[in-house]
Amino acid sequence: MSDASATERDSAWIALCDVDELPRAGARVFRATCGDIAVFRTIDDHVFALADRCPHKGGPLSQGLVCGHTVTCPLHAWVIALDSGEAQAPDAGRTPRHAVKVDAGRVWLQAARMPEDADAPSARA
Amino acid sequence: MTQHRQDGDSGARGRPRLVVIGNGMAGMRTLEELLAIAPDTYDVTVFGAEPHPNYNRILLSPVLAGEQAFEDIILNGPDWYAAHDIRLHTGSPVTMLDRVRRTVSNEAGVSVPYDRVLIATGARPGRLPIPGVDLAGVLGYRDIADTESMIAAAATASRAVVIGGGLLGLEAANGLRCRGMDVTVVHLPATLMERQLDAAAGRLLQKSLAARGIRFVLQAQTSALIGDDDGHVRAVFLADGTRLAADLVVMAVGIAPNVDLAQRAGLHCRRGIVVNDTLQTFDPRIYAVGECVEHRGQTYGLVAPLFEMAKVAANHLAARGYSRYAGSVTATKLKVTGIDLFSAGDFEGNEDTEEIVLSDPGGGTYKKLVLQGDRLVGSVLYGDTVDGSWYFGLMRDRRNVAELRGRLMFGEANLGDTGHQGQHRAATMPDEAEVCGCNGVCKGTIVRAIREHKLFALEDVRRHTKASASCGSCTGLVEQILMTVAGADYSATPTAKPLCGCTDRTHADVRHAIRDAHLLSIPAVMHFLEWRTPDGCARCRPALNYYLLSTWPHEAQDDPQSRYINERALANIQKDGSFSVVPRMWGGTTSAAELRRIADVVDRYRIPTVKITGGQRIDLLGVQKQDLPAVWRDLDMPSGHAYAKALRTVKTCVGSEWCRFGVQDSTNLGIDLERALWRMVAPHKVKLAVSGCPRNCAESGIKDVGIIGVESGWEIYVAGNGGIKTEVAQFFVKVKTAAEVLEHTGAFLQLYREEGHYLERTVHFVARVGLDYCRRQVVDDEARRRELFDRLMFALRDLPDPWRVDQPAGARSEYALLGATATP
Repeated sequence: MSDASATERDSAWIALCDVDELPRAGARVFRATCGDIAVFRTIDDHVFALADRCPHKGGPLSQGLVCGHTVTCPLHAWVIALDSGEAQAPDAGRTPRHAVKVDAGRVWLQAARMPEDADAPSARA
Repeated sequence: MTQHRQDGDSGARGRPRLVVIGNGMAGMRTLEELLAIAPDTYDVTVFGAEPHPNYNRILLSPVLAGEQAFEDIILNGPDWYAAHDIRLHTGSPVTMLDRVRRTVSNEAGVSVPYDRVLIATGARPGRLPIPGVDLAGVLGYRDIADTESMIAAAATASRAVVIGGGLLGLEAANGLRCRGMDVTVVHLPATLMERQLDAAAGRLLQKSLAARGIRFVLQAQTSALIGDDDGHVRAVFLADGTRLAADLVVMAVGIAPNVDLAQRAGLHCRRGIVVNDTLQTFDPRIYAVGECVEHRGQTYGLVAPLFEMAKVAANHLAARGYSRYAGSVTATKLKVTGIDLFSAGDFEGNEDTEEIVLSDPGGGTYKKLVLQGDRLVGSVLYGDTVDGSWYFGLMRDRRNVAELRGRLMFGEANLGDTGHQGQHRAATMPDEAEVCGCNGVCKGTIVRAIREHKLFALEDVRRHTKASASCGSCTGLVEQILMTVAGADYSATPTAKPLCGCTDRTHADVRHAIRDAHLLSIPAVMHFLEWRTPDGCARCRPALNYYLLSTWPHEAQDDPQSRYINERALANIQKDGSFSVVPRMWGGTTSAAELRRIADVVDRYRIPTVKITGGQRIDLLGVQKQDLPAVWRDLDMPSGHAYAKALRTVKTCVGSEWCRFGVQDSTNLGIDLERALWRMVAPHKVKLAVSGCPRNCAESGIKDVGIIGVESGWEIYVAGNGGIKTEVAQFFVKVKTAAEVLEHTGAFLQLYREEGHYLERTVHFVARVGLDYCRRQVVDDEARRRELFDRLMFALRDLPDPWRVDQPAGARSEYALLGATATP
């Protein structure tokens, strides 16, 4: 761990893993100081990162089924869009997103939450 | 507005132009469906003859009765049209549909070019061909203008005659009576609502309406309407010479589709505008929906068919092109507050049908069920209609009701539902009363959702509120609420139900394709059956994975990412994201060594809760996911599969080895069954029980397969269920030896594995295919039984204990957190 302050640490890019360490159409969890972050890899090899909490009852989205660019929460089957963090209608709610990028097969993540109006944080592997 | 069109599809914003003729429920429902699936496809213009926004026509009766205001029944206000960029021209009827120039023009002179047209002109009230129908004070009952005229008349005039004792006529009569008028209903047949009710129910209905002060003249033909010097109606003459004084005459003698415009445009019309299964008229650019159409020789005047048409028309307007309308099965309810009435199907019956009747005239209840063979084909309910939707469902699904027959009349609630407190009258429930026990939804929440989101369909209420979305036992109540608030409870006519939104294929289609085409992976199935999504959804993927594995054991490719988390992690997820672990205890037996290891694991991994399950095992709750592999290793016990759609437990009593009443060794038979069948995956969870005597301490009567020892052998019961609906297992066969028990049990379960739909418990599987069918396959046909049993044994051969598999590093990483290094 570095000695930097929490803010600096959170805004820094963190090297997480190789893309191949993420299951395709699946997710793994990174335990950040601000809470668990779910890092998803879709069937078409896009990588997304969301707070690992469903906006409904806080279910761990990392454990859900990943279909297309959505994940279905394992607790009550809310469907969350991976790019926006938004729940599919008629359910309403939003899960905070995190910036991710893929560089030379390596997945990088920012532990700080993205502002709500930022562009979709997807990264193509 | 553009007056001329250029060739090619180009409206404003370069979109093709859609013109909707008719601003009523059918047209706007189609637009809403279209906007939901393809919002930016068309540049839309709507023409409406009435000077009003789109309103809920079926709620005119409560408006007439003074129970609701017009504002309450508006479906789409001006802001809705504005928000969707829809141009709206109201208050002027469309006079021309020019198919050569492709323009639609109204009386006010507005002319709009089109690329597609949707005709939804509805129907108009029928008028009797008798003298005097054009007098002032003679009304049809169709729109808000008619309703307002009636309300105005009721304020000044005192005597009303309603001609027609059908649904609409009686609603009008009731409304006028509520407004203080002296009302007489003239009806040609001998009983009221003869198209929906049999004579007995018709008489009950007449009695309760008469108690409200409505007078009836039945078997009476109207011959003329007589007016005064001002041309206002004053009397109704009947064929027998009777004269009824009247200041207001409402004609409710059926409806006729509005086909004039279409006819003038040269579109093929018979009674209605003729459309095909895609709701297309004979001009491929022109679609038609609602009461104005004739489809397969049928015209419809109820809301359910109209919504089904809307969905299909929207699908084709959106150029998706895969949906078909195959006609509707409809049910009728009367919208008269305080009178509960339901009718569906062939309620009169004929020489091939039988009737079950419950008649309690004093209590105001009448129920008639019409059966043809083992199917329910019609029903009339008066006084207590809460089971209407259940009966309707049984009819639509053509379910075999042979097993239910004795209890059918007493309704769904008497089949053993739990969790809805015996409520059966939605109208009298307070807002805070709970309707759906599973999801904790109270009546007020449902009413609010229906109002705010303009819901009509049960499915939509489920999506918005979750009410009746789990066990479904409160469906009847939710439909009653929908009926009172929205005036309709629409439930779709079941065609073959697709597996999910990604395909039109049914569960059975998919199973057949996998077997016939020897498909071995999920992508292969999706490609072969032309899935509409790239990688399916959370509903179809687990089903496909199961169908593949159960059809081609040892050969099909398992996809862990298509398994629900419990099956992927081999443990049960809990509400806080931790997991529970249930090791297997054969037949509910354990030992000191196992209990010591369990105790050590609990200490070592600080497991917060240890609980005995209903299936005679021990549940360790609150295990962190990353500890799971170590917990299994240290337990050194077989996986209990509590996380899987698979054989869970074989519950046993102590049996003849210890019990002074026991006549058979149930414990050891249970252990043998469990050792033979464990690791067996299935469409849903499977629970067994073995009792050593008819006292049945292992509760065999509510298990998928329950076995009861008797002096001379074993009785096998199947398809029991102790869940939301308690279903008592049905007697299957009696056998002599333990070996026979195993073979029959295995063969029955293999039949279920091969032909059951994913997430269908044995009780539902047997209800669908019939117990007789299962008996023929498993009991009567020895060769077939052997085949089934052998296929099960083949599928189970050499299957590993999932907790002990040395999984590849990639799979083990399921349990590990991501490590990370911070970098500048």
